[in-house]
Parts: sequence; structure tokens; C-alpha cells
Amino acid sequence: MSAVSDQLVTFAILAYLVAMIGHAVEYALGNVRAVSAAAPARELVGAGVGVAGGPVDAPATPAGGETRRSRSGQRARLAGRIAAWVTVLAAALHLGALVTRGIAADRMPWGNMYEFVLTVTWIGTAAWLAVLWKRPALRRLGLFLTLVMVLLLAFAELKLYVQVVPLMPALQSYWFIIHVSTIVFSSGLFLLGVVPAAAFLIRNGYEQGRRSFPYTLGRRLPAAAGLERLTFALHAFSFPIFTFAVIAGAIWAEAAWGRAWGWDPKETWAFISWVVYAGYLHARATPSVKRNVATWIAVLGFLTVLMNLFGVNFFFTGLHSYAGVE
Amino acid sequence: MTTVADRPATPPAQAPRRRPNRLLALLRNSWRQLTSMRTALVLLFLLAVAAIPGSVLPQRGVNPEKVDEYFRAHPELAPQLDRIGAFEVFGSVWFSAIYLLLFTSLVGCILPRMRDHLRALRSRPPAAPKRLERLPQHTVLPAHAPTDPAAIAAVLRRRRWRVEVRGNEVSAEKGYLKETGNLLFHTSLVAVLIGVALGSWYGWHGNRLLVAGEENAFCNTRQQYSEASLGPQVDSADLPGFCLSLDGFDARFLPSGQPESYRASVTVDEPDGSRRTADFSVNSPLRLGSANVYLLGHGYAPVLKYTDRYGRSQTSTVPFLTSGDANLTSEGVAAFPDANVDPKTGQRAADQQVAFDGIYLPTAPENPPFTSSTYPTERNPAVVLRAFRGNLGLDAGIPGSVYELDQRQVDNGKLKQVGEKKLGLGEKWTLDDGSSLEFLGTKPYITLSVRYAPGQTLMLGACVVLLAGLMGSLFARRRRVWFRVTPGDPDGGSPTGGSSLVEAGGLPRTEHPGFADEFAQLVAAVGDDGRSDGRAREGVE
Repeated sequence: MSAVSDQLVTFAILAYLVAMIGHAVEYALGNVRAVSAAAPARELVGAGVGVAGGPVDAPATPAGGETRRSRSGQRARLAGRIAAWVTVLAAALHLGALVTRGIAADRMPWGNMYEFVLTVTWIGTAAWLAVLWKRPALRRLGLFLTLVMVLLLAFAELKLYVQVVPLMPALQSYWFIIHVSTIVFSSGLFLLGVVPAAAFLIRNGYEQGRRSFPYTLGRRLPAAAGLERLTFALHAFSFPIFTFAVIAGAIWAEAAWGRAWGWDPKETWAFISWVVYAGYLHARATPSVKRNVATWIAVLGFLTVLMNLFGVNFFFTGLHSYAGVE
Repeated sequence: MTTVADRPATPPAQAPRRRPNRLLALLRNSWRQLTSMRTALVLLFLLAVAAIPGSVLPQRGVNPEKVDEYFRAHPELAPQLDRIGAFEVFGSVWFSAIYLLLFTSLVGCILPRMRDHLRALRSRPPAAPKRLERLPQHTVLPAHAPTDPAAIAAVLRRRRWRVEVRGNEVSAEKGYLKETGNLLFHTSLVAVLIGVALGSWYGWHGNRLLVAGEENAFCNTRQQYSEASLGPQVDSADLPGFCLSLDGFDARFLPSGQPESYRASVTVDEPDGSRRTADFSVNSPLRLGSANVYLLGHGYAPVLKYTDRYGRSQTSTVPFLTSGDANLTSEGVAAFPDANVDPKTGQRAADQQVAFDGIYLPTAPENPPFTSSTYPTERNPAVVLRAFRGNLGLDAGIPGSVYELDQRQVDNGKLKQVGEKKLGLGEKWTLDDGSSLEFLGTKPYITLSVRYAPGQTLMLGACVVLLAGLMGSLFARRRRVWFRVTPGDPDGGSPTGGSSLVEAGGLPRTEHPGFADEFAQLVAAVGDDGRSDGRAREGVE
């Protein structure tokens, strides 16, 4: 079972790679008109945070290049659609890898850093597919998402891989499932949240007339306001889950280590992430703080999450030393 | 657009001062500045930044040995860092200053908001604006809609709106939960801080090592702990007087050496004299009424029997400490300061004290080097010891570790190494002066932490409220709707006396992308109600 899981991970990485190429093709071929055309009517009805509720600011296409553009637009749409379905396939393989790993270990597959990254990335993908289902107009963000997935999964496979082993005694508690699942879930959402956040920052700069490198990418991104609302929605959804996860961790720590909070490096960085994300939510609720400043705080928050996952596991020793990395 | 309910009358104005008090003005401005959101954001950010050194540098509260190590590694830098509290970041003046300012800012912000919110909760939804069509949402209801404001109000009430009918206008507001949640969230943060403060004032904890066997039992007094910390409001005499002895310890490991489970069995003597046995393990601490006992670690204490040159023997059970090795290679020292006392004179020769230091291997490898264990359980136990003879330096009055020899005595030649040997279980080592050391076996030991943390129930309750409040503040949305019935012209010639016009307007008071849908549904519900009401009435008649 363990070997099956390993192979499924490899296939999932390949599938993400294919999806990434598909998205890149869409990105390269597509024009702004294609974005609005590719957006089916569904999201216009848009319950929730309707992104395409406002018109996509499409500069009028000069009549001359119409046919050429529409053909490449069609091709771009096809590539994008294929990419989205390949992402679904990748997510299925990814889930298969998780399930087989769990069966092989006879427990939830969250016992070490390899399994943790595997799960966080899957949550990110699953949440992305849910967002995509609701708002197909955002499909182009798939390029960023699949890129992140390929990088994280490849890193996990190359640097973090460990054999399947049972949990150590400190992890044998029902709090393991409560604490780790919510941490994984909220981390996955934060991971997904950084995608529209970064896209917003690029697009926002583009809309403000910047034409230097990262902002030029913004030409083919959805409108900034919608990206910003999605960023907020994802973080507002994730933050209470993260808060719960940290509280659950404190309750577990009381039983396992004798203190609810002891400033272990992992706890310290969870605290930092919590404070930064709380800062983001406050900044966003404050009219005098510009939205791009607030969004930068969200990006910073994600950097602290990454720091907690990678930095703390690699550089510091603490009580949360279950990563299985030396 | 709307008028807020009247504020309580301001106290009668005092005679105008000729000159505004500068100090007061400064204080007032500082207070405003402190309670502004911008300041709060800056403080939040500072708090996050200030926490970083707490994870980068070793902390005394987390791992005091690491701090000592850091001092040894950076003898120049460490004292400087120590002076600014870098090894106790979370208790340092600057960290405390940041969070206390933040909490002051928070309290200063939520108190006025609480007052406003209480007022809002008591006040009635405001009157409708003159021109509903200027609101973000506006519609005219179909002709079959009820024209009785009371009927409209009933529909709104059923959907849990707060409703106020003024003549032919219906005002309704919903989503007070947002502000309620917001205030609960911030208040519970303060409660968490109070819980932390209670815990540090009235709490205490002690750590120690407990070797198996009734003769090694300990009672809960401060002196019995190798490391203890009592809150400022706790006196040594306040510690509850229970006693613990370790009856057995069961550690299981996988073939790979990874631990599988730990379980300690203890006998507890409660302060009231009752005696009971209990088991506890890593994730299920021993909860006594007055404190909790947590299992932190475990190891082996070799039992060593030393027979001195006069033939008198002493047996010592000395816990050897593990140094993070998964296979439990552990280090320790067995000192026999009372060895070689001449039985004729009863005199103790200060330079004839004996000590052994070295390592214990639960599973020694078959072949040398015997430097590390190959498995965490005792498959082939062995000690590798160095023997020292001389003055142990215990009389100098300088406190030393019981887990290592006083290196100064070795350095100045008062303590000399006289041999080194590996001893298997039951083996005997005869030293050059005819004395001997026998390795009799081991006893398991556990390291435990005994803690009393009184603020935790408050913190847990506060956390539950905090989460509920957070959800409310993030997901609830304040919004208002108004319905206005404009009576039809009775002279319009219609047999029913002219149809009345019902229009509705809606205003989301916070960002609420789904408001249009909600508004449409609400208006439809009001319209349908008119229809079904009509039918119901027909049915009755």
C-alpha cells in the first residue's frame, strides 16, 4: 500500500505539471476578451462573493485582429479547460495517495512532515476546485496554484519523504485528529488564499498603470476587486478554523506536556501567524488602510505559516519534532 | 440620513476655561492616538515581530540547558542579549509593554463601542429615509403584496428582523450579532490574558526525576523538585502534601526503535491519608485534586555496588540522563564520597573519595566502540565507566550537578582517573587499590512535571466565547430594510378604493455581497405572504 501511495504521489505531481502547462498555454494564448467570453453565465448569477458581478474591464479589441484573436482565444479556453480537468485528475490521484498512505500506516496520514505537506496541498487543491466550480472566471489563477503544488509536492517527495511508521506515543491521542486536521485544513486554505492575494497585488498594480515586470502579468488576470474579495473570503473562512486549531493544540498541550502554552517554537510561530492574520482582518475592516496594504499583510501571514512549517521544522528543535527530518 | 437615539444629556457645561489645559489635551490626544485602529495595527505587528527572537534564541522558560549552551558558545554576545531579556522574551519588559499597550488600546476601543452597541440594542430601527429609491436596493412590490404595515412587520419578525412600525412605514434591522460577536471576541481576549495572569500568580510547578521503588518516593515539597517555580502569590507551605512513588514503568518500542507507548504506574498518598494506585501516560496525565502530574520522559538508573578497600560496600542507584538519543544512551555519574573511611580511625581521607562517570547503554553493541546504544530497551545492558579517585570537591560548598563530576577538581589534579572499563550486567571490576565495582542492574526512572495552573478553566471558557464571537463578527452582517406603503388614491375610481403602492429599500451596513439576493428573497416573501394570507382568509370565510 505504501508503494502504491508513493507512485500515486509521483503521478499526481506529473498531473499537476500537465495542468500547469495547460494553464500556461491558456495564459500565453488568451486575451482579455477570452476571459470574459470564457466565463459562463453561471458566476454572473453568483451567490456569495460574486467576482464577475461587475463587468470585466475589457479594453475594446480592435476590429482588425478579431478573427485571429478569437481563434487563439478558443484554443486558450480549450487549454484552460483541459488544465482544470487535469487538476481534478491530479487531485484524485493526490487523494488516492493520501488514502493509501493512511491505510498503509493504519492511521490518519498526518504523522510527519511529508504526510503533513501532502495533506495541506491536497486541501489547497480541493478548496481551489470548489472555488473554481463556483466561479469559473477565476480559472487563470490555476497557473499559480498548480505551480505552488508542483513545487511543494516535489519538495516533499525529494526532501521530506519518510517510510510509513506508526505514531509516536506523544501523538497517540484523539486530539491528534482534531488539532492536526484543523491545522491542515486552515493551512490549506491559507495556501489557497495567497494565490488570489498575489494575483490581486499584481492586477491592482496593473490597473493602476504599472507596466513593469510582475505587473505585466496582471493584464490577463480577473478584475482586482473580485480577487481582493476572494482573498478576504478565504481568509475570513480560514481564520476561525486556524484559531480553533490553535486552541485545540493548547488543550492537547495541557494534557501532553503539562502546559497549555509554553512558547515552543511551533507555538511561537502559530502565535505570530495568528497575530498577523488578525492584523490582516483588522486592516481590511479599516477604511483608512488601503486594500493592497491589507493584502500584503495576508501575504506576510502566509510567509509566517511557511516559516512555521519549514523553518521551524528544519532550524529549531522543540516539542513539535515529529517532522521526521534531520 | 438617520438620527441616532438621543444621547444622555451632557452635564451642564462648566464655565469655559480661559486657557485649555495643555496636559489634559496631551493626555486626551495620546489616548485617542492609542485607541486608534492604526496604533492597534502597529502594536499587533510589533507583537508579532517581538515574538520572533523567542523562537530563534533559546528561552529559559522552555529549555534552560539550551540557554547555558548558548552562553558557552557565545560568551561575548550572550550576556549582552541577556541584559535585554532576549532569553526570556515573553516575560521581558518590552514584550510585556507591547501587549499591555495593545490590550489598553483594545479596552479603550471596545468600551465605547460596548456602550454604543448596548444603546443600539435598546433603540428601535431608524425611520425610513425619504427616498427609498436612492438606497443600494430598492424595489416596488407587486400589486398582491400586503398593504398592511402590520402584516409586513409580521413577515419580517418571522425572519427574525427587529421591526418597528411607524405609521405606514416598516423599519427593520438585522445582524446585531456582528457587533456582539466582535465585542465578545475582544472581551474574551482580555479574559484569556486574565487567565494567564491568574495562572502565573497563583500557579506553581515543579519538575523532577523519580526512580522506581517505594524507597525513592517523594512528597510534594519545594525541596523535592530539581526545578520549581512558584507564582508570587504561592508560598512553599501552600503546596498540597501528596506523595508519589513509581511502582513500574512500561515502555514499548517498535523493532525500529521508535517508541510505541509509555505507561507509568504509581502509588499516590493523598494529603488526607488515603492511598491509591494509578496509571498515567504521555497524553493522559495523572489528575490529582490539587495538581496534575505529567509524564515527560524516562530512562534507566544503573544500580552500582562499590566495595572499598576496607571491604565495606555501598550500593547506589543513579539515574543516568538521556541526551536526546532515541536508543537511550545515557550519561551519569555515581559518586561515593564516603568510601574508604578507615574503620579503625573513623577518619575520612579527603583524597580517597571515589566516583565513576560514563555512559549506560541499554543495548550495547556486540563489538567496540561501546559509545552508543543500538536499541532503547535492555537487550544487552552495559555501563562504560571511568573511575576517579581523589577529592570530589563536594565540601567546597559550591553547588554542583549530581549528574556530572566537578571538572575543576579533575583539572587541578585533585581528582585522578584511575581506570576505564565496560561492565555487563552482573560483572565486577576490581580497581588497582583492591576495591571493586559491581553492576547489579537497573531501575527505570521517569521525569515528571507537577503543575497547578488555576487560570486554565477561565481561559478555556474564554476561548469558547472567543471562537463564537469571532464567527459572529466575521460572518454576521448588519443590514436594514424599510417598507413604505403609500395609500392609493381613494378617488381613483377603482372599486377597491385604489391600489396602494408598496415599495421597499435595503441598505447593507457592512460589506455584504449576497445582500441583493437576500433582499430579493425578502421582498418575494413579503409579496407571497400577501397572496397566501389572502387565500387563507378566503378559506376561513
